[in-house]
Amino acid sequence: MALDGSLERLRREGHIVVVGASLAGLRAAETLRTEGFTGALTLIGDEPYGPYDRPPLSKQVLLGRVPPDHTDLPRHCAIDARWRLGVAASGLDLAAKRVALADGTSVEYDRLLIATGVRSRPWPNELEACLDGVFVLRTRDDAARLDHRLKAGPSRVLVIGAGFTGSEIASVCRERDLPVTVAERGATPLVGALGSVIGEVAARLQHQHGVDLRCGVMVTGLEGDSAGRLRRAHFSDGGTVEAEVAVVALGATRNTEWLAGSGLAAGPRGIACDAGCRAFDIRGIVADDVFVAGDVARSPHPLFGYQFLSLEHWGNAVAQAEVAAHNMISPGERRRPHLWTPYFWSAQFGVNIKSVGVPNMADHILISQGSLDEPRFTAAYGYQGRVIAAVSFDQAKWLEFYQRQIEQAAPFPLPFTTVDRRPEGMRPVPAGFPDPSVPTHGPEVTVSGHSPTDQRVTFTPA
Amino acid sequence: MTSVALLGQILDHANRADPYPLYAELRGTPVVRDESGPYLVSTYWEIRSLLHDPRVSSDVRNLAPEARTVPSTDDPELPPSFIRIDPPDHDRVRRLIMRTYGPPHTPRRVYDLRGEIGGIVSALIDGFQGRDRIDLVEDFSYPFPVTVICRLLGVPQEDEQRFHGWADTVATAIEPPVGTPEEQQAHWRAVREARRQLATYLSGLIDQRRRAPRDDMISALTMDRGADESPMSLPEMLSNLTLLLIAGHETTVNLITNGMLTLLRHPDALKQLREDPDLIFPLVEELLRFEPPVQLLPERTTLDDIEIAGTTIPKGASLWLVPASGNRDPQRFPEPDRFIPDRPDNQHFGFGSGIHNCIGSPLARLEAQTALTELVRRLDNPRLVEDPPPYRRNAVLRGPQHLSIAYDGLRR
Ligand SMILES: Cc1cc2nc3c(=O)[nH]c(=O)nc-3n(C[C@H](O)[C@H](O)[C@H](O)COP(=O)(O)OP(=O)(O)OC[C@H]3O[C@@H](n4cnc5c(N)ncnc54)[C@H](O)[C@@H]3O)c2cc1C
Ligand code: HEM
Repeated sequence: MALDGSLERLRREGHIVVVGASLAGLRAAETLRTEGFTGALTLIGDEPYGPYDRPPLSKQVLLGRVPPDHTDLPRHCAIDARWRLGVAASGLDLAAKRVALADGTSVEYDRLLIATGVRSRPWPNELEACLDGVFVLRTRDDAARLDHRLKAGPSRVLVIGAGFTGSEIASVCRERDLPVTVAERGATPLVGALGSVIGEVAARLQHQHGVDLRCGVMVTGLEGDSAGRLRRAHFSDGGTVEAEVAVVALGATRNTEWLAGSGLAAGPRGIACDAGCRAFDIRGIVADDVFVAGDVARSPHPLFGYQFLSLEHWGNAVAQAEVAAHNMISPGERRRPHLWTPYFWSAQFGVNIKSVGVPNMADHILISQGSLDEPRFTAAYGYQGRVIAAVSFDQAKWLEFYQRQIEQAAPFPLPFTTVDRRPEGMRPVPAGFPDPSVPTHGPEVTVSGHSPTDQRVTFTPA
Repeated sequence: MTSVALLGQILDHANRADPYPLYAELRGTPVVRDESGPYLVSTYWEIRSLLHDPRVSSDVRNLAPEARTVPSTDDPELPPSFIRIDPPDHDRVRRLIMRTYGPPHTPRRVYDLRGEIGGIVSALIDGFQGRDRIDLVEDFSYPFPVTVICRLLGVPQEDEQRFHGWADTVATAIEPPVGTPEEQQAHWRAVREARRQLATYLSGLIDQRRRAPRDDMISALTMDRGADESPMSLPEMLSNLTLLLIAGHETTVNLITNGMLTLLRHPDALKQLREDPDLIFPLVEELLRFEPPVQLLPERTTLDDIEIAGTTIPKGASLWLVPASGNRDPQRFPEPDRFIPDRPDNQHFGFGSGIHNCIGSPLARLEAQTALTELVRRLDNPRLVEDPPPYRRNAVLRGPQHLSIAYDGLRR
């Protein structure tokens, strides 16, 4: 089939600009090249580094096993790009097809990919956030700073927020034999991502590994000494804890501020796009030249009632980047939808946790294999009588099966006999997700309604 | 429901040298009942999905006795080994063994055998000195893996000879029985006797290592227990140590023998490997796809009805997966019948998949990589004397019985 003239020209000599030079940006650039794009390619990133990998930052890097600067992402092919690193994009002019940069220059594009990801939500009190010893963890520099401080052997580390990142940090601290307190506003760790039934298991793991876990409390204040060093934290239940280091792990905010006023449907929940990764404008019309991928995107998913999902998942960033890149240089009939089934992993307290689907949409849960007590198990999540997600603790090899059940909209509870089905797994119980209007710390998957501009779900910091 | 009469032909020794056309025929219907009873699954994605399906059991005790077609090779006096049981027991034993064998707990066990494996290979090849023809199976492939397992487990070198004897006899248990009923009886008696002696020997060794541990796997197994795990009983240890021996024996023999056979049939690949020894890494993967030592995974059982590829396999059915056919499925591998030493994206079923996937794979890879690289480097102008070579009877663990290779000389 012949490509129409303008697309042919774009593929040959057009200019594609990628904003956000991390996982999604790099994989998109590589896909553009492997699919035959020979025009000019510019990657803009506000960090001073080339693309590196984040998951190790809260695992091997914090354990001191891998230096922070040894996390560069492997390159799959030469991308022959112009790199503009260390400079942020500061504005977008859709009509002129131009990206403004913070250094006052600008770059014109024929097609634009937005992959600006998310950043850590900072401690809301700015003065307290500036205390020496208060950290967040999103970037390589964050990891280097925190690792350096952990090496010094602080008397106690406080982790604020027990989502995946916070729990992984607590796990590393215990492995480094550092005393650690975890404060979580919800009823259990991981409650926003996996619900309280699984959260109870996570809590038990933390206890068994010597974490001082405080659930159902908020940190109300961080107190410094006269030299501006963190000394103590205050809790909503009146308690306090002495700590030299606090890591704020309260989830993430989308990097969309630079798009304010651009006319794109961009806000604190991300940038809405269609299943083909094309960005919506605020009228709900897709822009033909602007694509979105990775953590910053929200896109409708047919498996989950076409609701818009925001996913902070490594695998999603890769898959969506590949689809976006393919669609950027393909004619309409060859474009593909991004139909990736959400998939996430975490390593903490010696356990390998994996999930597929969207657990926090579920109403019920059932332990379909193994047992919560061991704790090695696979659990299925149900939503209105169908399987919507599954999670495994040290049983990842079964998840592929559950993924297929989710994709085929299999009934819940799963009606069949499997190996290792225990009596406790015969009966579904409520999954125990907190009321979504009172979000906890960064559920990592957010279901945010049907409309591209719908931003109803708002996050209130702890 | 249609059925086919292909299993008989696949098992027929006359088709051993080239079963691949039969597999191609089988793939015409991805899931089909053989007239002899079992369901055969021959296409890549269907095999993959069943290997990850918790409704499929590896425990033969779930199979109706009349549906059993393969004689059990497990020792009736010992508990079944973990390849033949389901979670949670399977997982527990596998974890206990992995703790003494692989990462994260014992990451260096296989790596540290590198030097010894190189030494064993060199010594075996040195033994070809002064000849211009070898039987690769007898002179190399067969003795090699047992020696390696001995070093892995910690069998003292002075006992290795005896160990080889038992191992060879026990390994014949996986062969389909042949001969007159009396001969078969005698064969099974010999197997039982070898098993008994092996078990007695291993019990003694376990006891010694318990009292004076060394840096070997048996010591680690007797000493180590997962924090929250009940340790293996002595009968469990005997059953599973014997499994390690059997599972890592014939399979590795066949991989190395099939490897040389395939290289000698593809002189370009052989030449390429000589020039670029790093080619061995993808090449061994391609071998595991192209000529997998484990051709069939027989006698899994369905715990419930399973709908797949338009067919419902009923609960309690006997399931035979045909990974060697999945490895040649054109829906998964482009040009599946070509041997492409550096084939990209090669997720073959050579080591299975899912919870029973081969725990010996790092060791088996290292053995095959070392052996083939050295054989190719040292044999001057190697040639096949007979093609196809004679094959063993076994259709599951398929491989040549002899592989006669002529050569002009030995390099150092
Ligand atoms: C500590 C940690 C642990 C994790 N562990 C896991 C895990 O175990 N499993 C898992 O599935 N996922 C994990 N993740 C999530 C995973 O890393 C992300 O999903 C992934 O990085 C998303 O890639 P991205 O390219 O979309 O966004 P990002 O990696 O966030 O990259 C966006 C880039 O754009 C840059 N940028 C932002 N604004 C601008 C601007 N205006 N101009 C120019 N550049 C800009 C940012 O600085 C950044 O470099 C983890 C993340 C973290 C931080
Ligand atoms: C080339 C050599 C080898 C091949 C091709 C091979 C192949 C396989 C295959 C296909 C399986 C899956 C069986 C199933 O699903 O039922 C398996 C399992 C197994 N293999 Fe291997 N294997 C090899 C070498 C080894 C070695 C060297 C060892 C021991 C050190 C070993 C130990 C095992 C064990 C213990 C299992 C059972 C695992 C379980 O049930 O969880 N194998 N092997």
